[in-house]
Amino acid sequence: MLSELEKNEIGEVLAHALPGQDMSIDVLAIVQKHRGWISDEAVIDISACLGTTPSNVDSVASFYNLIYRKPVGDHVILLCDSISCWVMGYPTIRGHIEKRLGITFGRTTADNRFTLLPVACLGACDLGPAMMIGETLFTKLDEEKIDHILKEHGWQP
Amino acid sequence: MAAVITKPLTQHIRPDREPLDIKAYEYAGGYQAARKALAMSPLDVQKVVGDSGLRGRGGAGFPTGMKWSFVPMGPDAPRPKFLLANADEMEPGTFKDRLLLEGVPHLLIEGMLISAYAIQAEIAYVFLRREYYQSARVLLRAIAEAEQANYLGKNILGTPFSLELRLHQSAGRYICGEETGLINSLSGRRSTPRAKPPFPQFVGLLGKPTIVNNVESLCCIPGIMQYGPEWFKSLGLTKDAGTKLYGISGRALRTGLWELPMGTPLREILEDHAGGMQPGYTLRGLLPGGASTDFMLPEHLDTPMDFDAVQEAGSRLGTGTMILLDDHTCPVGFVHNLIQFFARESCGWCTPCREGLPWVEKILQAIETGCGESADLTVLEDHCRLLGPGYTYCPLAPGAMEPLQSALKYFKQDFVRHIEEKKCPWSQA
Amino acid sequence: MITIYIDNQPHQIREGQNLLAACLSLGFDLPYFCWHPAMHSVGACRQCAVKQFKDENDQRGKIVMACMTPATEGVRISIDDPEARAFRSTVIEWLMVNHPHDCPVCDEGGECHLQDMTVMTGHNYRRFRFKKRTHVNQNLGPFVNHEMNRCIQCYRCVRFYRDYAGGLDFNVFGAHDSVYFGRQTSGILEGEFSGNLVEVCPTGVFTDKTFKKHYTRKWDLATAPSVCIHCSVGCNIIIGARYGRIRRVLNRFNSQINGYFICDRGRYGYEHILSEKRLHGSRIRENGGHKELRTNEEILRHLTPLIDGKRFIGVGSPRATLESNFALQTLVGTENFFHGVPDRDHALVERVISITKMDPTLTPSLDQVKNCDAILILGEDISETAPMLALAVRRAVMDEPRRHLAPKYQLPLWQDQALQEVTQNKPGPLFLATIGKTRLDNLATHRLSAHPEELSHFGFALAHAIDPAAPDAGETSAEMESCVKSIKEALLAARNPLLISGTGLGHAALIEAAANIARALRHQGKNAYLDFVLPHCNSMGLGLLGGRPLSHALEMVSQVDGIIILENEISRSFSSSRTNQFLGAAKTIINLDIMQTPTSDIATLSIPVASYAESEGTLVNQEGRAQRFYRVVPENPNLRESWSWLVEMMALIKNQPERLGKTPHEITTKLAQVNPIFAPLLSLVSWGSETQKIPRESHRASGRTAMTADISVHEPKPADDPGSPLAFSMEGCHGDVPGNLLPRYWSPGWNSVQSLAKFQDEVGGPLRQENPGRRLFESTGNPIKNYFAVSEKIKKNNHGRWQVVPLYHVFGSDELSAAGAAISERIPDPYIAISAKDAAQLNLLENSRIRLIADREQFERPVKIISSLPAGLVGVPMGLPGMPYVEPGTIVDLIAIPDHRDNEK
Ligand SMILES: Cc1cc2nc3c(=O)[nH]c(=O)nc-3n(C[C@H](O)[C@H](O)[C@H](O)COP(=O)(O)O)c2cc1C
Ligand code: SF4
Ligand code: FES
Repeated sequence: MLSELEKNEIGEVLAHALPGQDMSIDVLAIVQKHRGWISDEAVIDISACLGTTPSNVDSVASFYNLIYRKPVGDHVILLCDSISCWVMGYPTIRGHIEKRLGITFGRTTADNRFTLLPVACLGACDLGPAMMIGETLFTKLDEEKIDHILKEHGWQP
Repeated sequence: MAAVITKPLTQHIRPDREPLDIKAYEYAGGYQAARKALAMSPLDVQKVVGDSGLRGRGGAGFPTGMKWSFVPMGPDAPRPKFLLANADEMEPGTFKDRLLLEGVPHLLIEGMLISAYAIQAEIAYVFLRREYYQSARVLLRAIAEAEQANYLGKNILGTPFSLELRLHQSAGRYICGEETGLINSLSGRRSTPRAKPPFPQFVGLLGKPTIVNNVESLCCIPGIMQYGPEWFKSLGLTKDAGTKLYGISGRALRTGLWELPMGTPLREILEDHAGGMQPGYTLRGLLPGGASTDFMLPEHLDTPMDFDAVQEAGSRLGTGTMILLDDHTCPVGFVHNLIQFFARESCGWCTPCREGLPWVEKILQAIETGCGESADLTVLEDHCRLLGPGYTYCPLAPGAMEPLQSALKYFKQDFVRHIEEKKCPWSQA
Repeated sequence: MITIYIDNQPHQIREGQNLLAACLSLGFDLPYFCWHPAMHSVGACRQCAVKQFKDENDQRGKIVMACMTPATEGVRISIDDPEARAFRSTVIEWLMVNHPHDCPVCDEGGECHLQDMTVMTGHNYRRFRFKKRTHVNQNLGPFVNHEMNRCIQCYRCVRFYRDYAGGLDFNVFGAHDSVYFGRQTSGILEGEFSGNLVEVCPTGVFTDKTFKKHYTRKWDLATAPSVCIHCSVGCNIIIGARYGRIRRVLNRFNSQINGYFICDRGRYGYEHILSEKRLHGSRIRENGGHKELRTNEEILRHLTPLIDGKRFIGVGSPRATLESNFALQTLVGTENFFHGVPDRDHALVERVISITKMDPTLTPSLDQVKNCDAILILGEDISETAPMLALAVRRAVMDEPRRHLAPKYQLPLWQDQALQEVTQNKPGPLFLATIGKTRLDNLATHRLSAHPEELSHFGFALAHAIDPAAPDAGETSAEMESCVKSIKEALLAARNPLLISGTGLGHAALIEAAANIARALRHQGKNAYLDFVLPHCNSMGLGLLGGRPLSHALEMVSQVDGIIILENEISRSFSSSRTNQFLGAAKTIINLDIMQTPTSDIATLSIPVASYAESEGTLVNQEGRAQRFYRVVPENPNLRESWSWLVEMMALIKNQPERLGKTPHEITTKLAQVNPIFAPLLSLVSWGSETQKIPRESHRASGRTAMTADISVHEPKPADDPGSPLAFSMEGCHGDVPGNLLPRYWSPGWNSVQSLAKFQDEVGGPLRQENPGRRLFESTGNPIKNYFAVSEKIKKNNHGRWQVVPLYHVFGSDELSAAGAAISERIPDPYIAISAKDAAQLNLLENSRIRLIADREQFERPVKIISSLPAGLVGVPMGLPGMPYVEPGTIVDLIAIPDHRDNEK
């Protein structure tokens, strides 16, 4: 079931749809904003509210990497694994985060606090290595900085 | 007046300050170009942009004026028409549009207003990659301001022209940056590219005429309108007109972005602006314009960075944001990282890209980890040829092959060493 | 015609094709995957690469995809070019990167397009040495097996299922090298064309699940050209068998009818032959019990006293061949020959025949339907009663905008993806006037839900609006008036408007109204078409033979010595009480049928007969097209064709050995001679040579000599099939045979169904020497001018009672296919449908029980609430197993049965 809040936001988006335009990406983003991820049930709810089929919605949802079809933790860490950050030490940074959180890419910590995902170039190439948590960009990462950021996000050693 | 403006894109950007709000932007001369354009006929605006020699900054360098000229005009043209700003910026090593989006949102809006007017589009979108949240915040604020000031909306500045500007935040995938993929994504579909013809200028978003332009291209438009095509041409040091945002990432002393005349020599950018390499690092090569361009070597440092000269040096200007390969970095690992990106971002539509790139990626990984075989090099070379332009459905895979093919040309010995020594010579272990 | 150069040789081709189609039509072997002759080009697989040269001096050329490149005058290409060859073989190498190489255990093996293309490109050495990606498979229901690891991502499945056939519950998921084709979650594929995935998929991802139950390699299947018996459209099929057992059905190309596809009822309906309900032994009632009759002699011995010199009436069947019905008619005499169909259907079919006869040019082939540019469907729910007609309508409606926009954008019609963009998948004009929702609704420009009387009223009004000379229907509601106006405009704006109706609703006025509209359109100079759906595969044939309504038999039955019932279940035409009355009054019942039915259970003598797969004969489809089908297995002396028994009886009953014939061929010839309307059949059955026949077995059929080795090591003589163009043999004429007699599609290097192209002069076009059946009606040359009078007024009020409307189900309403194992899994449970409004009034919830009370019938079933059903109607699913026959239009009472569940607690 979509919440009232979700329904309102979706209604807003649908009101702006152009004739023939399928708003599923925007609607998926709204639901994900509220729930963190898109469950099978959400796919069905969204398809009902768009007047389309679950297969249509999932075909789109499963294409885009920022739509999560599996549960994620409270904080999704998007670690840039592209070339400039790689040159500037991404492997070390990745190793460090994985060690600290005890998870590899694609996994969520047992306390459900963090999910670690690779992401393509964040457009912070001159400031690499870079990563994003939520809507915040973190640049010029090093091990110390990471420990600090993780702590700020509730990580306990 | 015109002569003093040498950095039309970045003149208003102060790294440590909020972007200019509409008042400040207007005070600094903003939206004058738009007023001027709205007083002209759309075709005249097209002509000015055509005369300016502006070539697209999204990577392909297609003349902007010519692109616009294909859009059906006049009362019988299909409606609505669309202008789409390509702010998907996902090419690894590219970080130029973000600067404009976050630094001078009104410049983009003004550029879009003029461009939309020129092609008589009534709806415009900024197609923004989702990770650019800060850009979204800045843009939304600026759009609201512009609507308030009637630079957007109905009957702009009392003219019959109306424009609705919307922001779409993408849900990821590099292929969304390809213009037809972008159009598919905006229609709410999987972002697989489309075959051309029909070109988006005729059949684009929702089947209607559509122009896709890069953010930087669009930001060039107000200056051209205001100071004229001759001024714009005079900005460039070579045949190519205007200024360009050049960027450097990697082991340079000062990485960053600089607005410089088009055709600024590579050496000047690297040595004067970026301060040369970091101490202890030597330049081995660089990708001049993002991940899908061929390597250039130190011997190419005197190349003027414009479309033709870079091409002569065997590469492409691309996005003009350079990635440096230094002597502490393994070229095989470097290329492996690039190919890993492209393999992951393949849309999965055509066979060569979908199946070929992951294979190349696995081979590069094998070589990098000391499990390479000499026959692997043949497979890599085959792919460089068979994933070329025309073989695949869209330019993604051919773009992916550019760094690989030039790496195999320039750094072959490094590949061979990996295979012979059964390890990466750069690895600590 | 234009000239193109392939490897420097000039070739003449028709203009407007793409290079791939042109090369294939010219006989070149150019590999491809994503292209399909019916679904055209998208350029995804990159398999069809060739080198294109600017002119004869161009030595470098560039690689292009043949399927995406127009074949224009003077174009120069090379198929042989080393770079093009290398690329094509690399494409296979890529596709093999993740392919599991499981050919030995794959059902597609031996008829796999991927295998063929692999051999064709010469890729044979594997260089990829890493781990393959794997997928989890889905259970897609009883029809289609799913094995995703074999997928080569050609996208043909989604393009067929969604884009071509309009299915919704199937899609592509994921991205990069992990794209997945299937449903959103495991579960039954809902579309009624899902079985085509089996043929559309170039490898073994989608295979026939029913075939899997008794699998055989393609080359070991004996095959024969046949015609589907599960609806009145008459699609062409190939039936495959081994060791005398029917194994599967594939599409058989007919340029005029089904083209490349068939529906699932047609593909899987064959399983009724294998069902437990299949009759095998003859039985006679004796001393209150049953006695099995083991040999034909024994049957004859018992048959003789039953019928010798006696007077019988005969009940013919719309699902039996012309030949069998003709034999029965001859046996009992025309005045004693009754049609085993409800009286209403009998009358409606006669009406349709008379309309069709008057102006046969009105009736379109399915292929012509695909080219109609505005369609109105009046009353008939064609998705349920004639699925392939519905598919043709879907194509017509989806292609109409393409046809007019393509020239505007200078795009060829084969540019599938581009045309989707240009048209934005907006359908062309389609108007639905039916009682409730249908599966074509999402395409409809406008739809009207109303009572059958209102629908015919609307039809008459529309005809009158188009041509004022057509009779006026009288007063029309404002809503309907505006509907009439807009539909009239759309039909008049079209070049080939099409009217579709049928016997489904059991409502003669609808048929007349449809005829009036079509005639009115002709009067306005339109090349209008008129198409009627009939109840069964041979309704038209039976109707043309002539015969009396079944209710007359009820009156006669007590005056004669007995009834001979030909392949017919009486309770499907009569209410239970009348069925009992009819069969009860018969002194003797001789029943010939394929399946065990309530009638066969009580018959005095029940004789099992051959199914369509085991016989040869003629059927006449709804357009009046006679088509011949052939047996795939040799005659089984214990399962003779019905006509053969009837001929046998003729000698006994009439005491005169008037021989109709000994072979189907002779019977058909006789029919053509005695009944002039069937004269065209002579051209259908003519086959020159008794020696050079077409082999049913492939030249690679294995185990021929081993099959019966447990009995004898001597190779048995192949079974005879006198008169037939086909032989039970591996030998014979493999080459140039008339297209409609092809028992399989195979050509060197082309083992898959894609080899079909090798039998067409132009891919997608008719087969070489195709004889796509014979239309029995010749145009009289003077088109019909007069109109039907408006026959009824709208009944406004049933005074608290309900009017029965029949509802249909692709899976369930057809008697024979419903007995198949796979299809039976898809049949809905019996129900009684009412509108939401009536449900509320009766205080009924979904699935609560309701009793329907008619004059001669009453029964209780769960309620199904159909919101689109107009109030005052009660929907009764027709022919669904477990549902009695209730005559459409009957006024009945409904009583809600109190729910006892509360009490049970
Ligand atoms: C795979 C791929 C990704 C692309 N990504 C971008 C992008 O992120 N931003 C962009 O402006 N252009 C991108 N392009 C180029 C666009 O297709 C298009 O050429 C460009 O937006 C046109 O703008 P311009 O004429 O102003 O350069 C991409 C092209 C390809 C093939
Ligand atoms: S090259 Fe092919 S698979 Fe790759 S992104 Fe383009 S269309 Fe998709
Ligand atoms: S058949 Fe031409 S690209 Fe697939």
